[in-house]
Amino acid sequence: MALELDSITVRYGQTVAVSDVSLSVADGEVVALLGPSGCGKSTLLRTIAGLEKPSSGAVRWDSRDLAGVPVHRREFGLVFQDGQLFPHRSVAGNVAFGLRMQKIERESRDKRVLSLLELVGLEGYADRRVTQLSGGEQQRVALARALAPSPRLLLLDEPLSALDRALREQLAVDLARLLREAQTTALVVTHDHDEAFTLADRVAIMSRGRIVQVGPPAEVWSSPVDVETAKFLGCNKFVPGSFVGLSAGRVGLRATALRVADSGPLEGTVLERVHRRDHVRLLVEIDGEEYEAVGPMTEVGDRVRLEIDLDGVARIG
Amino acid sequence: MLPLAFLGLFFAWPVLAIVSLGLREGGVVSALFSGETWELVGFTLGQALASTVVAVVAGLPVAFVLARCRLRGLGFVRAAVMVPFVLPTVVVGLAFRTFWPDGGVLPIVLANAFFNVAVVARTVGGLWAHTDRRAEDAARALGASRPRAFLSVVLPALAPAIGSAAAVVFLFCATSFGVVLVLGGSRYRTLETEIYLRTVELFDLSGAAALSLLQFAAVLAVLVLGALARRRRETALSLRGREELARRPSGGEWCVVAVAFGVVAALLTPVVGLVTRSLSTRDGWSFAGYAALASRGDRGTLAVTGIDAALNSVRTAFDATLVALVVGVFSAVVLVGLRRSGSRISEVLDTALMLPLGVSAVTVGFGYLVTMDALPGDFRTSPMLVPLAQALVVTPLIVRMVLPVLRAVDERLRQAAATLGASPWRVWREVDLPLAGRSLAAAAGFGYVVALGEFGATSFLARPDAPTLPVVIARLMSRPGELNSQMAYAACALLMVVTVGCVLLIERLRVPSSGEF
Repeated sequence: MALELDSITVRYGQTVAVSDVSLSVADGEVVALLGPSGCGKSTLLRTIAGLEKPSSGAVRWDSRDLAGVPVHRREFGLVFQDGQLFPHRSVAGNVAFGLRMQKIERESRDKRVLSLLELVGLEGYADRRVTQLSGGEQQRVALARALAPSPRLLLLDEPLSALDRALREQLAVDLARLLREAQTTALVVTHDHDEAFTLADRVAIMSRGRIVQVGPPAEVWSSPVDVETAKFLGCNKFVPGSFVGLSAGRVGLRATALRVADSGPLEGTVLERVHRRDHVRLLVEIDGEEYEAVGPMTEVGDRVRLEIDLDGVARIG
Repeated sequence: MLPLAFLGLFFAWPVLAIVSLGLREGGVVSALFSGETWELVGFTLGQALASTVVAVVAGLPVAFVLARCRLRGLGFVRAAVMVPFVLPTVVVGLAFRTFWPDGGVLPIVLANAFFNVAVVARTVGGLWAHTDRRAEDAARALGASRPRAFLSVVLPALAPAIGSAAAVVFLFCATSFGVVLVLGGSRYRTLETEIYLRTVELFDLSGAAALSLLQFAAVLAVLVLGALARRRRETALSLRGREELARRPSGGEWCVVAVAFGVVAALLTPVVGLVTRSLSTRDGWSFAGYAALASRGDRGTLAVTGIDAALNSVRTAFDATLVALVVGVFSAVVLVGLRRSGSRISEVLDTALMLPLGVSAVTVGFGYLVTMDALPGDFRTSPMLVPLAQALVVTPLIVRMVLPVLRAVDERLRQAAATLGASPWRVWREVDLPLAGRSLAAAAGFGYVVALGEFGATSFLARPDAPTLPVVIARLMSRPGELNSQMAYAACALLMVVTVGCVLLIERLRVPSSGEF
């Protein structure tokens, strides 16, 4: 195991920001810490980087306790939400910073800077001022800067949250490819499940300072550990398993669980209709209960038949 | 600890020595309760208050123009406003006496305000330039008239800066020495001049000590108020580039611009008057005064030539700036560090560093004479004495200029550098220093000019064979002879030229940096 967190607790005065968290990240693995804002995930990340001291517990790398190792000797790269580029240096100057700290000679430094700028798709930007870059470009430079000194572990703190939606989705895919290609060991903190599931090999769900569930994205998505986690992952209706033909206890329904289809087993009345980017979302009343559903064009007041799509159903527990 | 040691050795000790000297002689209590003392206190505070009001009222339009307007010649305005602040007090006193030969309360108030318009314009303008204009736009969109939007949105946002500027101005005015001495004569006395009179001429040390104590208490009170205002300001400060905020004035704003230029013109009047005087003699225009700078004055008034004094000034101010820069930057770094770790000591230290601004330079100077012989090597005659005293005056100004910039450096920027492998020292060198570099250079230039013009403590400590230019000016003025006064005016002009040069250089350093953070 490359990174190992052993029952870490972080306190600020009376408040407990992180409570008894254990987690491990294997060599070359990308793990996402997913949770709502204020759940303590950023604090955990900062603790790993060495920017916060844990009140108890240990951060280990290859079984070595990092308690006495200061930030600048941990060789962990960190990417902030808003880049935090050095405003007084050019793009190349920013990317070269970590290499200069390692006293790498100029020639190989320049070469590495160019190859990294190419990697993040910013060829020819070397001499630009960072204040002239767009948000997406700045974030790419921040990534190149963090990757340049070949960190043992890359920590990403909401790396895409400050960008607008289209750019975010594009960059998430790019970032996932980039992390795989470079075989980077990385820990990503995010509140956006699309981002987490796109990037990560494993997802750790955090809530109120604790990790409540760890697993591969598909597993976490299809069987969240409890109702709260299921809600965070998009479930808005909770029903007995028998409702969807499953024997298990309770299940959570996402909007996509019910789909309008002429041959469907359920029948309901359309109450409201909202257009989304690529589908129509409906509010349907079935046996006096309201459910969300997706479907083709229907009018409010129509009687519709609905089928169940198990991809939209999450088994609790 | 270095700043505290410096303060302790070269400030607290001399001041305490003087005060205890007075206390030992007794009579402090009776001096404290005499009606005359309280009249002095009343006049001191009253004239300081009036001067502060005038300075604030005159400074606000200038601050507006500097912060919000895109006009030709703003660099000139910025430099012109700074000139009075760094002029030697004697010079200003004399300049005002050409308009009010008998002195009086009005010229005292105006002269004090004249000095301090710069403080208001720069402090308030600095915040104004970085305050989001959209709040004002929102108020206008909600139906507020321009004056109404100013009163209910802009003014409250600026209040902390106005408060902190007013506190500093009040301090300067309450302890102003040269101006009151020249314009007030024996009729209008403040605590500061009275301390000087009692110490130097009446040898009434207990009275002087009592007055020093009173002054100290007043200064401390004002400093605490100022610190409170600053604290509110720093939480409210969200920096924005000034580029997007400055635009050409429109409509009623032109009136404000006109007022601001009127203020600048008024500020320049005494300056122009001085230059004119330096060139005119009874026989018409002449450079006799300037030529005389190479001599020792009429009938050997001076022990050295004017040129030598100027060179000595330049050297002394350089040493003083160096000392102040080391102590000031070190203090600022310590203060920022303490503040980051949430320590309460930082506020105490912050206020302590401001104290030298408010304590009578006369007290400090006299204290040096009393205490410094205790140090190894007879310190009283050491050539380092004057630079040290000047450094004491300059250090608080440098701290005030560097501190906000260091505080504005984003903590996460430093953390980013640390995760990239930079040790704490390297972080400071690679991140803080380059970002604060320009304002550091500006602070150095500013400090240099202030040291150049320092009069109160220097006049006490400078040896006769090594006077600075302001000391020479005062001496020339106190002696009869047209050549002497001619030479004094020429020396004033020389000092102003150096000052303006420095200020213009500082402006050059500051302007490009303002868009960066």
